[in-house]
Formats: sequence, C-alpha cells, structure tokens
Amino acid sequence: MGTFSRLYGAKGWLAIGIAALVIFVLFPVLSLAVPPDSAFHVSSYWVTLLGKIMCYAIVALAMDLIWGYCGILSLGHGLFFALGGYAMGMYLMRQIGREGQYQSDLPDFMVFLDWKELPWTWWMSDQFWWAMILVVAVPGLLAFVFGYFAFRSRVKGVYFSIITQALTFAAMLLFFRNATGFGGNNGFTDFKRILGFTIATPETRMALFAITGATLIGTLLLARWIVTSKFGRVLAAIRDAESRVAFCGYNTVHYKLAVFTLSAVICGIAGALYVPQVGIINPGEMSPANSIEIAIWVAVGGRGTLVGAIAGAGIVNGAKSFFTQAFPEFWLYFLGLLLILVTLFLPQGVVGLVNKMRGKS
Amino acid sequence: MSNAIAANEGGSFSHVATGGLDATHGVVLYLDDISVSFDGFKALNKLSLSIDVGELRCVIGPNGAGKTTMMDVITGKTRLDSGTCFFGQTIDLTRYTEAEIAHAGIGRKFQKPTIFEHHTVFENLELSMKADKRVRKSLFACLSSAERDRIAENLKLIRLADAADRVAGLLSHGQKQWLEIGMLLMQEPRLLLLDEPVAGMTDDETDRTADLFLSLAGRHSLVVVEHDMAFIEKIARKVTVLHEGSVLAEGPMSQVQNDPRVIEVYLGR
Repeated sequence: MGTFSRLYGAKGWLAIGIAALVIFVLFPVLSLAVPPDSAFHVSSYWVTLLGKIMCYAIVALAMDLIWGYCGILSLGHGLFFALGGYAMGMYLMRQIGREGQYQSDLPDFMVFLDWKELPWTWWMSDQFWWAMILVVAVPGLLAFVFGYFAFRSRVKGVYFSIITQALTFAAMLLFFRNATGFGGNNGFTDFKRILGFTIATPETRMALFAITGATLIGTLLLARWIVTSKFGRVLAAIRDAESRVAFCGYNTVHYKLAVFTLSAVICGIAGALYVPQVGIINPGEMSPANSIEIAIWVAVGGRGTLVGAIAGAGIVNGAKSFFTQAFPEFWLYFLGLLLILVTLFLPQGVVGLVNKMRGKS
Repeated sequence: MSNAIAANEGGSFSHVATGGLDATHGVVLYLDDISVSFDGFKALNKLSLSIDVGELRCVIGPNGAGKTTMMDVITGKTRLDSGTCFFGQTIDLTRYTEAEIAHAGIGRKFQKPTIFEHHTVFENLELSMKADKRVRKSLFACLSSAERDRIAENLKLIRLADAADRVAGLLSHGQKQWLEIGMLLMQEPRLLLLDEPVAGMTDDETDRTADLFLSLAGRHSLVVVEHDMAFIEKIARKVTVLHEGSVLAEGPMSQVQNDPRVIEVYLGR
C-alpha cells in the first residue's frame, strides 16, 4: 500500500521492473563484461544512442505533463533543455583544465577571443554542485517569470505557442553571439572529464547511461504521481474547461505556472544528462524546429498518457537515427509525413492504437 | 472570520480579508446603478437590483436584455464601467477575480452546461467541493470519509448515484445540467446564479429541478435566469424583468405578467 503502489497496476510495475533490469543489468553486462568481439557485445555507439533517446524521453514526459494534461502547447521546451545543457557544459568546459589546445586556464574559445578572465556568468562554474543548481534554477526561473506574465495576461492556445517559439528563437540568436560568453555558434565541445572521470571511457558512458535511465524512471513515476493527484485532475480540468475551474475557486494561473515551471526544470535536467553523453552543446539546440519536434514525439506516442510520450520519443528518434544514416535527404519528408498520418489517423497516437487493438475503446 | 475566507488566510487569496460575508441586514447581493458597454453598445444601463438572503429570484427578459452580462459582472468575468456591486455589506465584488469570488460564496451555472467532460461524475464533484484549493494542498490532497459522504449525499440529490464512475461527457444533456448544479452545491455557496438551468431537460427533469430549487431556497439565495415560462411560473416568487440593460418591472409573477410594458416588450410577442 501507500502512495507508490497506487501509481500503476501489477502489469505496469512489471514493465517498469523489466525496463530497470535492462538498463541497470543487461546493458552494463553486455557493454562492459562481454568482450567486444562477441556477437552480444553492445558497442558504445548504442549506449550513447539509447542514452540520448532516454534524455529525449524525459523531455517528452515534461511536454506531456503540460500539453497532454494541461492543454498548454509550449513550443519553447527546447530552450529549457538547452539551458540545462549549457549549465552542465560550462562545468565540463572548466573540467578540461589546461588540456585545451591553448593550454590556458580559460576555455579555448575565450582564449581565441582574446579574453583575459572569465565573465561573471562563469562564477563558480568549476564547482559541480553549482552547475547542478544552475541546471535546475535557470530553466525553472525563466519559465516561472515568463509563465507568470503570459498566464496572468491570459495568453492561451496558439498565442502561447507562438510566443514560446519566439522566446527560444530569441535565445538562440543571443547564444549565437560570441559576446554572450557561451562559445557562440560553436557552443561547448571537446569535453575531457566529469567529476574527475575521463568522459570517453566505456565505464563513464555506462554510468551516465544508468543515471539517465534512473532519471527517466524517476520522472515517469513523479509525473504519474502528479497526474493521479487532485492537482493532476485540476490540470486536466483546466485543459477541458478553464473558466469552470476558475468559478470553482481555483486560481488557474498558479496551477499553470506550477506545471510550466516543473516541466521546464525536468527539461533542464534532461539537457544536463544529454550534453556529457553527446559531447557537444550549441545554440542549434534552441532552434524553433527542435521544440516543435518535441511536440511531435508526444503527438506520435499519444498525448496525456505519459507512456506514450516515452514511446513517441523512442519511435521518432529511432527512425531519425536510421533515416539520417540510410537516407539523410528524406528524413524531414518522413517526419512531416509521420505527423500528417498521426494527426489524420491516430489522434490518440500509438498508445491509442495499441489500446484500440486490445479492444479498449 | 467565515470559513469561506478563512481557508485562504495567508495564501493566494489573502487579500479577501473582508471578514467574510456579512449579510446581517438581510441583503446578500446588492447591485446599484451598474453600466457596462461593449464598443458603445450598452449591455447594462444603470441596472439596480438587490437579492435578499434565502430568496429565490427569477430574472427574465428578451434576448440581449443583459441577463448573462449581469451574471458576468457579479462573478468578476466582466468589469463594469460604473456602479457598485456588493456581496453582503462588505465585499466589493468589483475588486476580486473569478476564483476569489467563488471562494467568497458565489456559485455560477453557465448557459451551456460546463462540466469536466473527461473526468468521472465523482471527480467532477470532488474538484468543485469546498476545500483549500491552492496548488500545494491539491498535490497532497486526500479525501476524508466525511468528504466522501458529502459527495455521496450530493450524488443522491442530483440522482447520479449510479453514474458516479461514469465519464461525465457521456451523460445526457439533462444529467449534465444536474451535475453542474451538483458541482455548485459542493462549493457550499451562499448565492447561486443559474443561467437557463432547465434548457434541454425533459418535462420530468424540469419538474424535479423546480422541486430542487424550491428546497434550496432558504438555505441558499438563488438567482435563476430562464426562458421557460412554465418553469418560472412553478418556482417564481418574485420576478425581475430586464429590458435593454435595466430593470423594466419587478414583483410577483401575476403582477409582472399583467404589466402592459412587459407584455409589450416580452410576453406579448
């Protein structure tokens, strides 16, 4: 009994248990213990790819919380993801130490720009705990302030989507500038270490992979706990009949602000896990198209189901890595086609299709 | 301090520190000289109206008379251009938001039934139940057995006890109307504003609604806007006729019905 057991039924917990077994036992064994020449060996390519997709799945969960459950289509979630990534990236840049090309205490791009000292934004950036605070605080604070003004002014629907697109676009332009102090259009790359561990070793990669898996499962349970609480029912009520919720005595601005901020923080954490695994963060992550893609993952998987968000992120990104290798020029056509097909034939996404096939309305 | 307001002490509604509803002089709602205009069109034109504690007041009037706008003003949805709007003697409704006004004790039923279509009937009532409605409380909220009993009682009253676990969107139109009334009652309002509550109901449902309203009067104050004259005749004690944004006539149904001005604008059509 208790708060946890009520979240999912026996089958749900079994599925989560199997997923945990795969992430924490099967993958580490196949990747680290099985010799590379064995057919069962999992190469670091697959570890990185799956780790990356799990980061996207965390973002998709955050998107589903706000869009699927509260009906707010934010098209700026890529920004929160990128901000978390940048916060982590600053720390990773400092961990390079004097091993950069210019053998300076400053990150290479600053030497290149002929800067003599770190800008104030890099204060404490060599401290891991400070980076962790920034990962949560920067996306959270931005979402809180931005959301406060947007929701208080009753900006809704497509208008909210548009201003969030504008927000991430503006941030991208800002980060493109060298003077902003975050590496301009090259962003951060060439990371060497994290917490003293060499970042490219299979062991470190596997540790990051496992932490990402744990975060994904944790986020799923947190999100599930939220949507099954009264708070979650209020969110869904706001989605369906906001004025009725207000006339019931709920301050809908506070509810929307709470879920928007939480959603941004989750994205920031996903971004921080993404950067050390992928090895690069640049302003391209803030491009408006990236944020739209997040919405596509959730739409493909099925809105308002949580599991669908994870499935959607997996399906679309799995297809993406296949297409961009096999037929790179067709990827965007395929993505567009997928979105059209899902909108026309699968309004409930893949989860809706599965439910239908199992005979559950 | 009344319970309606005390629940919000120190919270987001803390500035409703009005000391709660004070209706000791027998008036629960007092509108005076209210004007509202939209792009030059006077939706309300120097409207004055007062509702006594426990009264059941019917408001009628042709389309565009300002009935719905009046409810919008009372519930904080529409801002007025001039005039005063008081709930009891102390709460100036023009200063509060919809949620704050709901907390103060005014419940509203919309013209078109607005319920939470994807929630179950039970959840609809749970969400509207009077409680601390701040974010943190909602995250950790857990229904007490007393609250479950209250919901069960309400389900019986609105005759949806068998449909408690049904998704509200699947209810019939009349049942949705009843559910919305049930949701209002869960808020324990002092004043109920009901905009066309029997629209789309069967005759049988209409009769039962009339009985329900008559039983509610006394404990609550009710303002009913309705076009169904048979229904009005059944429940009416005092009727107010609105026309072009102001009160045309007011009094018992028989007197209003025979008023030549009323016949001209409305009944005599």
